Amino acid sequence: MRISPAPVLRFLGLRLLSSAIVLLGVIVVVFALVHLVPGDPVRLALGTRYSPEAYQALREASGLDRPLLVQFFSYVGNALTGNLGVSFRNGGTVTDILLGRLPATVSLALVGIVIALVIALPAGIWSALREGRVSDIIVRLTSQLGVSVPDFWLGMLLITLFSSVLRVLPSSGYAPAGEDPLGWLQHVILPGLTVGLIAGAIMTRYIRAAVVDVAGAGFVRTAVSKGLPGRIVTFRHILRNALVPVLTIAGIQLATILGGVIVVEVVFAWPGLGRLVYDSVAARDYPVIQGAILLIAAMFLLINLIVDVLYALVDPRIRLA
Amino acid sequence: MTQTTPAAEPAALTGAPAQQRLPAWRLLAANPLTLASAIVLAVIVLLALLGPFISPYGINEIDVSRQLQPPSAAHWFGTDDLGRDILSRVLHAIGISLLIAVCAVTFAFLVGVAFGTVAGYAGGIVDMVISRVTDVLFAFPVLLLALAIVAIFQPGLVTTVVAIGIVYTPIFARIARGSALSVRSSPFVQVSQTMGTPARTILLRHVLPNITGPLIVQTSLSLAFAILSEAALSFLGLGIQPPTPSLGGMLFAAQGFLAQAWWMSVFPGVTILVTALAFNLIGDGLRDVLDPRQRSLIEARRSR
Repeated sequence: MRISPAPVLRFLGLRLLSSAIVLLGVIVVVFALVHLVPGDPVRLALGTRYSPEAYQALREASGLDRPLLVQFFSYVGNALTGNLGVSFRNGGTVTDILLGRLPATVSLALVGIVIALVIALPAGIWSALREGRVSDIIVRLTSQLGVSVPDFWLGMLLITLFSSVLRVLPSSGYAPAGEDPLGWLQHVILPGLTVGLIAGAIMTRYIRAAVVDVAGAGFVRTAVSKGLPGRIVTFRHILRNALVPVLTIAGIQLATILGGVIVVEVVFAWPGLGRLVYDSVAARDYPVIQGAILLIAAMFLLINLIVDVLYALVDPRIRLA
Repeated sequence: MTQTTPAAEPAALTGAPAQQRLPAWRLLAANPLTLASAIVLAVIVLLALLGPFISPYGINEIDVSRQLQPPSAAHWFGTDDLGRDILSRVLHAIGISLLIAVCAVTFAFLVGVAFGTVAGYAGGIVDMVISRVTDVLFAFPVLLLALAIVAIFQPGLVTTVVAIGIVYTPIFARIARGSALSVRSSPFVQVSQTMGTPARTILLRHVLPNITGPLIVQTSLSLAFAILSEAALSFLGLGIQPPTPSLGGMLFAAQGFLAQAWWMSVFPGVTILVTALAFNLIGDGLRDVLDPRQRSLIEARRSR
């Protein structure tokens, strides 16, 4: 059967448009951030380094002396072309600072999502196919435990076990994967495990729910009642149809990890975006806070967009609805 | 008619006459996990309320000669690096954690439900504006948005409540909108509209009572996440400020003593875990009972 491209294109167009609108909203919020600060952000950022000359110089460099509307349009224009301003703290461009932190965060997120999938796919499917039995209840309880545990505390427990007691892994730090692959691997295991175990627990619950949902559908009952072997029903009917929601939750989790591992990065002294936000909040380095938040939110929107597009390509019901 | 809750509708599906249906709380209590979680939570709340009266030591009673003592009869949870009694500090901190979580979720519930219901019921341009604002708020990861709010204002109790409250508002808005949207198109609301009932009355008397199920479930789950968010913010030094004890702050202090004093990290951590777990399990139990599809399944199983 040939699928006509028109509905797909229309879906893509609408989806792109709504992402663009939300991105614009995100930029507005991020722009407003520095203007909502009670008092003078430049003054606050300078702190003890304050002098009238330094104040004037920073104010002009950051453009905060210009009219609000002019500032807004120049911020939007600059942000869309990748110019996010200059750091209050060291004068470097925000874009360079962010790009320097990106590899650490992305590599941690990828390791985390792989660990999460390795746990959640078998656990979620197994639990769903044994709905209501003891093994299902054990998986559900364990995953609920993983959802309720504070991530930084789990990290601390892992540090205690693997660095303090067993002394097999470093407790914190980072080595770039490109220069020192073995060092990177040693350092990424504990934070990766922390992120992966929690994301795995969350994903197990969603995957279980997705599989249970499909397993109760009418076409599965038909397949069983017409005498198809259980394995074929499981793989061809249930799992294949559960793939779409699984794909969605994996994408959302990846996006969440990319922007949400602030505390884990702090615990493990991992030099990623999350730690950068934390340090910048403490130093009141507003341009860096703004840039990092914008980048993280934009990545979140992009991943969601990709997931939705894949979703539409995989499942014709969505793009035609 | 206005009293019809979503949970009451599938009676026709299971074929059971309405008057024979068990009340929701009886079904809830029949689930051992939910019951156990409710008891645990009740104990935690009781401890939090009594905390200031039953704690054996002062929360900031510094005595360096007693520092880093392991758990003993005198100090059940041991002492920290300044010789403070960890049990006393945990008892105080639970109360503050619960207070922040309840205030933040109440804020999120009130604001989110108000905007979500109006958006779902009014539709059109109002719905579009509110939904896009919700989408924008959803684009920020939870802790990042909370951090940004703390970066604007000074860290402290009120800022923490507002930050967590704003972060969870869009979730409530989205649920309320979806539910309001489906209630709006149901026949009894349409009949009410044709009879000329004002929109305000329809919202308060028909729409709100019919969307409580999913909202109650979300409230319980949000309380769990609010406890975790507060712990994370306080851990980062951006939530509750010392000398007020907080579970997250105690864990931050414990970082330097992971090898020497396991009790410094284990007891506050377990407290957070147990509290969040209880809220999550109750939320799960509530969902099973309040979600009409799940409820009819439970009832079908019970009658077997």
